[in-house]
Amino acid sequence: MIEVSGLCKNFVLHNQGGAVIPVMRDAALSVAPGECVALVGASGAGKSTLMRMVYGNYLADAGVIRVGGVDVAQAEPRAVLALRRATLGYVSQFLRVVPRVPTLDVVAEPLLALGVARDEARDRARDLLARLNIPERLWPLSPTTFSGGEQQRVNIARGFAHAYPALLLDEPTASLDAANREVVLALIDEAKARGAAILGIFHDEAARDRVCDRVVDVTRFMPGLAA
Amino acid sequence: MTPLLQVNGLTKRYGARIGCADVSFDLCPGEVMGIVGESGSGKSTLLNCLAGHLEADSGAVVFNTRADGPRDVRLMAEPERRMLARTDWAFVHQNPRDGLRMGVSAGGNVGERLMAVGARHYGGIRGQALDWLDRVEIAADRIDDRPTAFSGGMQQRLQIARNLVTGPRLVFMDEPTGGLDVSVQARLLDLLRGLVREMGLSAVIVTHDLAVVRLLAHRLMVMKSGHVVEAGLTDQVLDDPQHGYTQLLVSSVLQA
Repeated sequence: MIEVSGLCKNFVLHNQGGAVIPVMRDAALSVAPGECVALVGASGAGKSTLMRMVYGNYLADAGVIRVGGVDVAQAEPRAVLALRRATLGYVSQFLRVVPRVPTLDVVAEPLLALGVARDEARDRARDLLARLNIPERLWPLSPTTFSGGEQQRVNIARGFAHAYPALLLDEPTASLDAANREVVLALIDEAKARGAAILGIFHDEAARDRVCDRVVDVTRFMPGLAA
Repeated sequence: MTPLLQVNGLTKRYGARIGCADVSFDLCPGEVMGIVGESGSGKSTLLNCLAGHLEADSGAVVFNTRADGPRDVRLMAEPERRMLARTDWAFVHQNPRDGLRMGVSAGGNVGERLMAVGARHYGGIRGQALDWLDRVEIAADRIDDRPTAFSGGMQQRLQIARNLVTGPRLVFMDEPTGGLDVSVQARLLDLLRGLVREMGLSAVIVTHDLAVVRLLAHRLMVMKSGHVVEAGLTDQVLDDPQHGYTQLLVSSVLQA
Protein backbone atom coordinates (compact mmCIF):
# COMPACT_ATOMS: atom_id res chain seq x y z
CA MET A 1 0.00 0.00 0.00
CA ILE A 2 2.87 2.34 0.90
CA GLU A 3 6.09 1.84 -1.08
CA VAL A 4 9.05 4.17 -0.64
CA SER A 5 12.35 3.79 -2.49
CA GLY A 6 15.45 5.85 -3.21
CA LEU A 7 14.08 8.79 -1.28
CA CYS A 8 16.46 11.74 -0.79
CA LYS A 9 15.93 15.09 0.88
CA ASN A 10 18.01 18.21 1.48
CA PHE A 11 16.95 21.38 3.18
CA VAL A 12 18.36 24.50 1.53
CA LEU A 13 18.30 27.58 3.74
CA HIS A 14 18.48 30.48 1.30
CA ASN A 15 18.49 33.13 3.98
CA GLN A 16 21.21 31.53 6.03
CA GLY A 17 24.02 31.64 3.53
CA GLY A 18 22.39 29.07 1.29
CA ALA A 19 23.30 26.30 3.74
CA VAL A 20 22.46 22.88 2.37
CA ILE A 21 21.48 20.34 5.02
CA PRO A 22 21.21 16.80 3.72
CA VAL A 23 18.67 14.98 5.88
CA MET A 24 17.89 11.78 4.07
CA ARG A 25 19.49 9.51 1.51
CA ASP A 26 18.12 6.43 -0.21
CA ALA A 27 15.29 5.83 2.20
CA ALA A 28 13.23 2.76 1.40
CA LEU A 29 10.36 0.99 3.14
CA SER A 30 7.06 -0.66 2.43
CA VAL A 31 3.86 -1.19 4.35
CA ALA A 32 1.39 -3.86 3.27
CA PRO A 33 -2.37 -3.68 3.85
CA GLY A 34 -3.18 -4.79 7.40
CA GLU A 35 0.35 -4.10 8.56
CA CYS A 36 1.63 -1.55 11.06
CA VAL A 37 5.23 -0.40 10.68
CA ALA A 38 6.98 1.82 13.21
CA LEU A 39 9.67 4.35 12.33
CA VAL A 40 12.38 4.41 14.98
CA GLY A 41 15.59 6.34 15.49
CA ALA A 42 16.93 9.06 17.72
CA SER A 43 15.35 12.49 17.80
CA GLY A 44 16.47 14.36 14.67
CA ALA A 45 17.13 11.18 12.70
CA GLY A 46 14.34 12.06 10.28
CA LYS A 47 11.28 10.08 11.37
CA SER A 48 8.88 12.99 11.07
CA THR A 49 10.57 14.24 7.90
CA LEU A 50 10.04 10.86 6.25
CA MET A 51 6.45 10.74 7.38
CA ARG A 52 5.78 14.27 6.14
CA MET A 53 7.26 13.35 2.78
CA VAL A 54 4.92 10.38 2.50
CA TYR A 55 2.03 12.75 3.20
CA GLY A 56 3.26 15.20 0.54
CA ASN A 57 3.83 17.89 3.14
CA TYR A 58 7.59 17.96 2.41
CA LEU A 59 8.95 17.73 -1.11
CA ALA A 60 11.27 14.90 -2.08
CA ASP A 61 14.46 15.70 -4.01
CA ALA A 62 14.63 12.22 -5.51
CA GLY A 63 12.92 8.88 -5.18
CA VAL A 64 9.50 7.31 -5.36
CA ILE A 65 6.71 7.40 -2.76
CA ARG A 66 3.91 5.21 -3.97
CA VAL A 67 0.67 5.27 -1.96
CA GLY A 68 -2.27 3.41 -3.44
CA GLY A 69 -0.95 3.78 -6.99
CA VAL A 70 -0.07 7.50 -6.75
CA ASP A 71 3.55 8.65 -6.66
CA VAL A 72 3.37 11.40 -4.06
CA ALA A 73 6.86 12.58 -4.99
CA GLN A 74 5.75 13.44 -8.53
CA ALA A 75 2.00 13.98 -8.28
CA GLU A 76 0.24 17.26 -8.98
CA PRO A 77 -1.10 19.05 -5.86
CA ARG A 78 -4.61 18.12 -6.99
CA ALA A 79 -3.78 14.40 -7.04
CA VAL A 80 -2.18 14.62 -3.59
CA LEU A 81 -5.29 16.31 -2.23
CA ALA A 82 -7.53 13.63 -3.72
CA LEU A 83 -5.28 10.97 -2.19
CA ARG A 84 -5.48 12.64 1.22
CA ARG A 85 -9.24 12.93 1.01
CA ALA A 86 -10.00 9.29 0.27
CA THR A 87 -6.91 7.14 0.81
CA LEU A 88 -4.24 8.58 3.05
CA GLY A 89 -5.03 9.78 6.57
CA TYR A 90 -2.63 11.56 8.91
CA VAL A 91 -2.82 12.07 12.65
CA SER A 92 -0.33 14.80 13.42
CA GLN A 93 1.00 15.59 16.86
CA PHE A 94 -0.87 18.84 17.07
CA LEU A 95 -4.42 19.75 16.25
CA ARG A 96 -4.83 22.61 13.78
CA VAL A 97 -8.38 23.87 13.30
CA VAL A 98 -10.43 26.91 12.41
CA PRO A 99 -11.15 28.63 15.73
CA ARG A 100 -14.75 28.49 16.96
CA VAL A 101 -15.72 25.38 15.00
CA PRO A 102 -17.41 22.84 17.34
CA THR A 103 -15.45 19.68 18.17
CA LEU A 104 -18.17 17.50 16.66
CA ASP A 105 -17.80 19.24 13.29
CA VAL A 106 -14.00 19.14 13.46
CA VAL A 107 -14.20 15.35 13.75
CA ALA A 108 -16.95 14.99 11.13
CA GLU A 109 -15.19 17.18 8.57
CA PRO A 110 -13.11 14.51 6.77
CA LEU A 111 -16.33 12.62 6.11
CA LEU A 112 -18.17 15.73 4.91
CA ALA A 113 -15.30 16.37 2.50
CA LEU A 114 -15.95 12.92 1.04
CA GLY A 115 -19.61 13.75 0.51
CA VAL A 116 -21.01 11.72 3.43
CA ALA A 117 -24.37 13.07 4.63
CA ARG A 118 -24.13 15.44 7.60
CA ASP A 119 -26.16 13.28 10.00
CA GLU A 120 -24.20 10.17 9.22
CA ALA A 121 -20.88 12.01 9.58
CA ARG A 122 -21.95 13.45 12.94
CA ASP A 123 -23.08 10.02 14.17
CA ARG A 124 -19.67 8.61 13.39
CA ALA A 125 -18.03 11.59 15.10
CA ARG A 126 -20.19 11.07 18.23
CA ASP A 127 -19.22 7.39 18.39
CA LEU A 128 -15.52 8.19 18.20
CA LEU A 129 -15.61 11.07 20.68
CA ALA A 130 -17.54 8.91 23.15
CA ARG A 131 -15.07 6.06 22.73
CA LEU A 132 -12.16 8.41 23.29
CA ASN A 133 -13.79 9.66 26.50
CA ILE A 134 -14.33 13.27 25.42
CA PRO A 135 -17.23 14.41 27.65
CA GLU A 136 -20.37 15.12 25.66
CA ARG A 137 -20.66 18.62 27.11
CA LEU A 138 -17.46 19.54 25.22
CA TRP A 139 -18.70 18.44 21.78
CA PRO A 140 -20.40 21.74 20.90
CA LEU A 141 -17.26 23.68 21.92
CA SER A 142 -14.18 24.46 19.85
CA PRO A 143 -11.22 22.23 20.80
CA THR A 144 -8.82 25.20 20.79
CA THR A 145 -9.29 25.68 24.55
CA PHE A 146 -9.04 21.98 25.43
CA SER A 147 -6.18 20.40 27.36
CA GLY A 148 -3.29 18.83 25.44
CA GLY A 149 -4.56 15.29 25.94
CA GLU A 150 -8.09 16.23 24.94
CA GLN A 151 -6.85 17.95 21.79
CA GLN A 152 -4.84 14.91 20.90
CA ARG A 153 -7.88 12.66 21.29
CA VAL A 154 -9.96 15.00 19.12
CA ASN A 155 -7.18 14.79 16.56
CA ILE A 156 -7.22 10.99 16.71
CA ALA A 157 -11.01 10.89 16.39
CA ARG A 158 -10.70 13.08 13.31
CA GLY A 159 -8.00 10.84 11.85
CA PHE A 160 -10.05 7.69 12.35
CA ALA A 161 -13.41 9.15 11.23
CA HIS A 162 -12.93 7.87 7.71
CA ALA A 163 -11.67 4.31 7.14
CA TYR A 164 -8.53 5.34 5.22
CA PRO A 165 -6.72 2.46 3.47
CA ALA A 166 -3.41 4.04 4.52
CA LEU A 167 -2.77 5.90 7.76
CA LEU A 168 0.16 7.89 9.16
CA LEU A 169 0.32 8.27 12.94
CA ASP A 170 2.74 10.70 14.58
CA GLU A 171 2.96 9.77 18.27
CA PRO A 172 -0.71 8.91 18.68
CA THR A 173 -0.37 7.88 22.33
CA ALA A 174 2.10 10.55 23.49
CA SER A 175 0.13 12.49 26.12
CA LEU A 176 -2.63 10.02 26.95
CA ASP A 177 -3.48 8.25 30.20
CA ALA A 178 -3.58 4.44 30.34
CA ALA A 179 -7.30 4.11 29.61
CA ASN A 180 -7.24 6.37 26.57
CA ARG A 181 -4.04 4.79 25.36
CA GLU A 182 -5.88 1.45 25.33
CA VAL A 183 -8.69 2.98 23.24
CA VAL A 184 -6.21 4.31 20.69
CA LEU A 185 -4.39 0.98 20.47
CA ALA A 186 -7.74 -0.76 19.96
CA LEU A 187 -8.56 1.70 17.15
CA ILE A 188 -5.23 0.89 15.53
CA ASP A 189 -5.88 -2.85 15.85
CA GLU A 190 -9.30 -2.43 14.27
CA ALA A 191 -7.84 -0.39 11.41
CA LYS A 192 -5.29 -3.14 10.79
CA ALA A 193 -8.03 -5.77 10.89
CA ARG A 194 -9.95 -3.98 8.14
CA GLY A 195 -6.79 -3.91 6.04
CA ALA A 196 -5.33 -0.46 6.63
CA ALA A 197 -1.59 0.02 6.05
CA ILE A 198 -0.24 2.02 8.98
CA LEU A 199 3.05 3.85 9.33
CA GLY A 200 3.67 5.28 12.75
CA ILE A 201 6.07 6.99 15.13
CA PHE A 202 5.72 5.68 18.70
CA HIS A 203 8.03 6.77 21.48
CA ASP A 204 5.92 4.65 23.79
CA GLU A 205 7.74 1.32 23.41
CA ALA A 206 5.05 -0.80 25.02
CA ALA A 207 2.49 0.62 22.60
CA ARG A 208 4.86 0.05 19.70
CA ASP A 209 5.42 -3.58 20.67
CA ARG A 210 1.68 -4.16 20.93
CA VAL A 211 0.50 -2.86 17.59
CA CYS A 212 3.51 -2.81 15.28
CA ASP A 213 4.51 -5.76 13.13
CA ARG A 214 7.92 -4.39 12.16
CA VAL A 215 10.21 -1.46 12.85
CA VAL A 216 12.23 0.54 10.35
CA ASP A 217 15.25 2.35 11.78
CA VAL A 218 15.57 5.65 9.89
CA THR A 219 19.12 6.16 11.21
CA ARG A 220 20.41 4.15 8.27
CA PHE A 221 18.88 6.70 5.88
CA MET A 222 20.94 9.50 7.43
CA PRO A 223 23.42 10.93 4.92
CA GLY A 224 27.02 10.30 5.81
CA LEU A 225 26.21 7.37 8.06
CA ALA A 226 25.09 4.85 5.49
CA ALA A 227 27.82 2.54 4.27
CA MET B 1 -11.84 17.39 -15.48
CA THR B 2 -11.97 20.57 -17.54
CA PRO B 3 -10.48 23.43 -15.54
CA LEU B 4 -12.94 26.17 -14.70
CA LEU B 5 -10.27 28.79 -15.24
CA GLN B 6 -7.04 28.59 -17.22
CA VAL B 7 -4.63 31.48 -17.00
CA ASN B 8 -1.75 31.67 -19.40
CA GLY B 9 1.13 34.13 -19.47
CA LEU B 10 -0.87 36.96 -17.95
CA THR B 11 1.17 40.15 -17.86
CA LYS B 12 0.38 43.68 -16.80
CA ARG B 13 2.82 46.58 -16.82
CA TYR B 14 2.44 50.05 -15.38
CA GLY B 15 4.67 51.89 -17.82
CA ALA B 16 8.16 50.57 -17.20
CA ARG B 17 7.15 48.92 -13.95
CA ILE B 18 5.87 45.37 -13.75
CA GLY B 19 2.46 44.75 -12.21
CA CYS B 20 2.45 41.02 -12.74
CA ALA B 21 4.49 39.06 -15.25
CA ASP B 22 3.84 35.84 -17.10
CA VAL B 23 1.44 34.28 -14.59
CA SER B 24 -0.02 30.89 -15.52
CA PHE B 25 -2.18 28.46 -13.54
CA ASP B 26 -5.39 26.55 -13.80
CA LEU B 27 -8.22 26.12 -11.35
CA CYS B 28 -10.63 23.18 -11.27
CA PRO B 29 -14.21 23.29 -9.95
CA GLY B 30 -14.23 23.25 -6.15
CA GLU B 31 -10.62 24.39 -5.86
CA VAL B 32 -9.41 27.33 -3.83
CA MET B 33 -6.19 29.03 -4.92
CA GLY B 34 -4.42 31.31 -2.50
CA ILE B 35 -2.08 34.09 -3.63
CA VAL B 36 0.30 35.51 -1.04
CA GLY B 37 3.08 38.06 -1.10
CA GLU B 38 3.96 41.34 0.55
CA SER B 39 2.27 44.56 -0.51
CA GLY B 40 3.47 45.64 -3.91
CA SER B 41 4.15 42.07 -4.99
CA GLY B 42 1.47 42.26 -7.68
CA LYS B 43 -1.13 40.01 -6.12
CA SER B 44 -3.97 42.53 -6.29
CA THR B 45 -2.97 43.53 -9.82
CA LEU B 46 -3.18 39.89 -10.81
CA LEU B 47 -6.59 39.46 -9.18
CA ASN B 48 -7.94 42.58 -10.87
CA CYS B 49 -6.61 41.42 -14.26
CA LEU B 50 -8.28 38.05 -13.76
CA ALA B 51 -11.60 39.62 -12.81
CA GLY B 52 -11.45 42.08 -15.71
CA HIS B 53 -11.20 45.18 -13.51
CA LEU B 54 -7.84 45.91 -15.10
CA GLU B 55 -6.85 45.42 -18.72
CA ALA B 56 -3.90 43.04 -18.93
CA ASP B 57 -1.23 43.68 -21.58
CA SER B 58 -0.93 40.10 -22.73
CA GLY B 59 -1.89 36.56 -21.90
CA ALA B 60 -5.13 34.64 -21.73
CA VAL B 61 -7.82 34.14 -19.08
CA VAL B 62 -9.91 31.23 -20.31
CA PHE B 63 -13.14 30.57 -18.41
CA ASN B 64 -15.25 27.48 -18.97
CA THR B 65 -18.60 29.16 -19.64
CA ARG B 66 -21.88 27.30 -19.12
CA ALA B 67 -23.14 27.98 -22.62
CA ASP B 68 -20.11 27.85 -24.92
CA GLY B 69 -17.39 26.02 -23.02
CA PRO B 70 -13.89 27.54 -22.61
CA ARG B 71 -13.70 31.17 -23.77
CA ASP B 72 -10.96 33.75 -23.40
CA VAL B 73 -12.52 36.41 -21.22
CA ARG B 74 -10.12 39.05 -22.54
CA LEU B 75 -11.54 38.58 -26.06
CA MET B 76 -15.16 38.80 -24.96
CA ALA B 77 -17.30 41.81 -25.74
CA GLU B 78 -17.87 44.12 -22.78
CA PRO B 79 -21.59 43.25 -22.33
CA GLU B 80 -20.73 39.57 -22.26
CA ARG B 81 -18.04 40.11 -19.69
CA ARG B 82 -20.39 42.17 -17.54
CA MET B 83 -22.99 39.42 -17.71
CA LEU B 84 -20.36 36.95 -16.52
CA ALA B 85 -19.43 39.24 -13.64
CA ARG B 86 -23.09 39.35 -12.59
CA THR B 87 -23.81 35.64 -12.86
CA ASP B 88 -20.99 33.08 -12.71
CA TRP B 89 -18.41 35.36 -11.11
CA ALA B 90 -18.29 37.20 -7.86
CA PHE B 91 -15.79 39.63 -6.40
CA VAL B 92 -15.40 40.20 -2.67
CA HIS B 93 -13.54 43.43 -1.98
CA GLN B 94 -11.29 43.99 0.99
CA ASN B 95 -13.31 47.03 1.96
CA PRO B 96 -17.02 46.11 2.04
CA ARG B 97 -17.83 49.71 1.07
CA ASP B 98 -16.39 48.98 -2.37
CA GLY B 99 -18.67 46.00 -2.86
CA LEU B 100 -21.90 47.23 -1.28
CA ARG B 101 -24.35 50.03 -1.97
CA MET B 102 -24.17 51.89 1.30
CA GLY B 103 -27.39 53.84 0.72
CA VAL B 104 -29.53 50.77 0.07
CA SER B 105 -30.92 48.36 2.68
CA ALA B 106 -29.24 45.01 3.38
CA GLY B 107 -32.10 43.20 1.65
CA GLY B 108 -31.80 45.57 -1.32
CA ASN B 109 -28.10 44.87 -1.59
CA VAL B 110 -28.70 41.15 -1.88
CA GLY B 111 -31.80 41.58 -4.06
CA GLU B 112 -30.07 43.86 -6.54
CA ARG B 113 -27.84 41.09 -7.78
CA LEU B 114 -30.86 38.85 -8.25
CA MET B 115 -32.71 41.55 -10.19
CA ALA B 116 -29.64 42.03 -12.38
CA VAL B 117 -30.10 38.47 -13.59
CA GLY B 118 -33.80 38.90 -14.19
CA ALA B 119 -35.59 38.17 -10.90
CA ARG B 120 -38.70 40.35 -10.66
CA HIS B 121 -40.94 38.72 -8.04
CA TYR B 122 -40.63 40.90 -4.94
CA GLY B 123 -41.67 38.18 -2.50
CA GLY B 124 -39.26 35.71 -4.06
CA ILE B 125 -36.36 38.17 -3.96
CA ARG B 126 -37.04 39.09 -0.33
CA GLY B 127 -37.33 35.41 0.56
CA GLN B 128 -33.96 34.63 -0.99
CA ALA B 129 -32.40 37.67 0.63
CA LEU B 130 -33.66 36.49 4.03
CA ASP B 131 -32.29 33.02 3.40
CA TRP B 132 -28.85 34.42 2.56
CA LEU B 133 -28.77 36.84 5.50
CA ASP B 134 -29.45 33.84 7.70
CA ARG B 135 -26.63 31.86 6.07
CA VAL B 136 -24.15 34.63 6.78
CA GLU B 137 -25.54 35.01 10.29
CA ILE B 138 -27.22 38.39 9.95
CA ALA B 139 -30.48 38.56 11.93
CA ALA B 140 -33.64 38.72 9.81
CA ASP B 141 -34.81 41.90 11.57
CA ARG B 142 -31.82 43.77 10.13
CA ILE B 143 -32.94 43.24 6.52
CA ASP B 144 -34.29 46.78 6.15
CA ASP B 145 -31.28 48.46 7.77
CA ARG B 146 -28.60 50.06 5.66
CA PRO B 147 -25.05 48.68 5.75
CA THR B 148 -23.94 51.98 7.32
CA ALA B 149 -25.66 50.75 10.49
CA PHE B 150 -23.66 47.49 10.41
CA SER B 151 -20.34 46.65 12.02
CA GLY B 152 -17.34 45.94 9.76
CA GLY B 153 -17.71 42.18 10.16
CA MET B 154 -21.43 42.32 9.33
CA GLN B 155 -20.72 44.46 6.28
CA GLN B 156 -18.22 41.89 5.06
CA ARG B 157 -20.69 39.06 5.58
CA LEU B 158 -23.36 41.08 3.77
CA GLN B 159 -20.98 41.58 0.88
CA ILE B 160 -20.45 37.83 0.72
CA ALA B 161 -24.21 37.19 0.75
CA ARG B 162 -24.70 39.73 -2.04
CA ASN B 163 -22.02 38.04 -4.09
CA LEU B 164 -23.09 34.44 -3.59
CA VAL B 165 -26.87 34.82 -3.94
CA THR B 166 -26.75 34.26 -7.69
CA GLY B 167 -24.89 30.97 -7.26
CA PRO B 168 -21.60 31.95 -8.91
CA ARG B 169 -19.06 29.30 -9.82
CA LEU B 170 -15.97 31.43 -9.32
CA VAL B 171 -15.30 33.93 -6.55
CA PHE B 172 -12.42 36.39 -6.44
CA MET B 173 -11.54 37.62 -2.98
CA ASP B 174 -9.17 40.45 -2.13
CA GLU B 175 -8.10 40.20 1.52
CA PRO B 176 -11.59 39.09 2.60
CA THR B 177 -10.65 39.08 6.28
CA GLY B 178 -8.32 42.07 6.07
CA GLY B 179 -9.86 44.74 8.25
CA LEU B 180 -11.59 42.45 10.71
CA ASP B 181 -10.65 41.60 14.27
CA VAL B 182 -9.52 38.05 14.86
CA SER B 183 -12.72 36.67 16.42
CA VAL B 184 -14.82 37.90 13.50
CA GLN B 185 -12.14 36.63 11.11
CA ALA B 186 -12.42 33.09 12.48
CA ARG B 187 -16.18 33.06 12.02
CA LEU B 188 -15.87 34.37 8.48
CA LEU B 189 -13.25 31.75 7.61
CA ASP B 190 -15.50 28.99 8.86
CA LEU B 191 -18.39 30.43 6.88
CA LEU B 192 -16.33 30.65 3.69
CA ARG B 193 -15.05 27.12 4.11
CA GLY B 194 -18.56 25.75 4.53
CA LEU B 195 -19.82 27.67 1.49
CA VAL B 196 -16.95 26.49 -0.68
CA ARG B 197 -17.63 22.90 0.29
CA GLU B 198 -21.42 23.01 0.05
CA MET B 199 -21.71 25.03 -3.16
CA GLY B 200 -18.69 23.50 -4.88
CA LEU B 201 -17.31 27.01 -5.41
CA SER B 202 -13.94 27.75 -6.89
CA ALA B 203 -12.12 30.73 -5.49
CA VAL B 204 -9.00 32.81 -5.94
CA ILE B 205 -8.06 34.46 -2.65
CA VAL B 206 -5.46 37.17 -2.33
CA THR B 207 -4.16 37.79 1.16
CA HIS B 208 -1.01 38.52 3.07
CA ASP B 209 -2.19 36.38 5.96
CA LEU B 210 -0.57 32.95 5.79
CA ALA B 211 -2.90 31.51 8.43
CA VAL B 212 -5.89 32.39 6.25
CA VAL B 213 -4.54 30.55 3.21
CA ARG B 214 -3.54 27.56 5.30
CA LEU B 215 -7.13 27.14 6.38
CA LEU B 216 -8.86 28.06 3.12
CA ALA B 217 -6.67 27.39 0.10
CA HIS B 218 -5.90 24.04 -1.48
CA ARG B 219 -3.06 25.45 -3.50
CA LEU B 220 -0.83 28.44 -3.07
CA MET B 221 1.12 30.82 -5.29
CA VAL B 222 3.78 33.08 -3.78
CA MET B 223 4.40 36.36 -5.59
CA LYS B 224 7.34 38.69 -5.43
CA SER B 225 7.94 41.75 -7.63
CA GLY B 226 5.19 40.68 -10.00
CA HIS B 227 6.47 37.14 -10.51
CA VAL B 228 5.20 33.87 -9.14
CA VAL B 229 8.28 32.54 -7.34
CA GLU B 230 6.76 29.37 -5.93
CA ALA B 231 3.54 27.40 -6.27
CA GLY B 232 2.20 24.14 -4.92
CA LEU B 233 0.13 22.43 -2.30
CA THR B 234 -0.62 24.99 0.42
CA ASP B 235 0.75 23.09 3.41
CA GLN B 236 3.79 21.97 1.45
CA VAL B 237 4.69 25.51 0.38
CA LEU B 238 4.25 26.79 3.94
CA ASP B 239 6.00 23.89 5.72
CA ASP B 240 8.77 23.15 3.21
CA PRO B 241 9.25 26.37 1.24
CA GLN B 242 11.81 26.07 -1.55
CA HIS B 243 12.34 29.67 -2.62
CA GLY B 244 14.35 32.07 -0.51
CA TYR B 245 11.57 34.64 -0.48
CA THR B 246 8.98 32.12 0.70
CA GLN B 247 11.35 30.95 3.41
CA LEU B 248 11.71 34.54 4.54
CA LEU B 249 7.94 35.10 4.44
CA VAL B 250 7.16 31.95 6.43
CA SER B 251 9.85 32.54 9.02
CA SER B 252 8.78 36.15 9.54
CA VAL B 253 5.35 35.33 10.96
CA LEU B 254 5.00 36.27 14.60
CA GLN B 255 3.80 33.47 16.85
CA ALA B 256 0.82 34.56 18.91
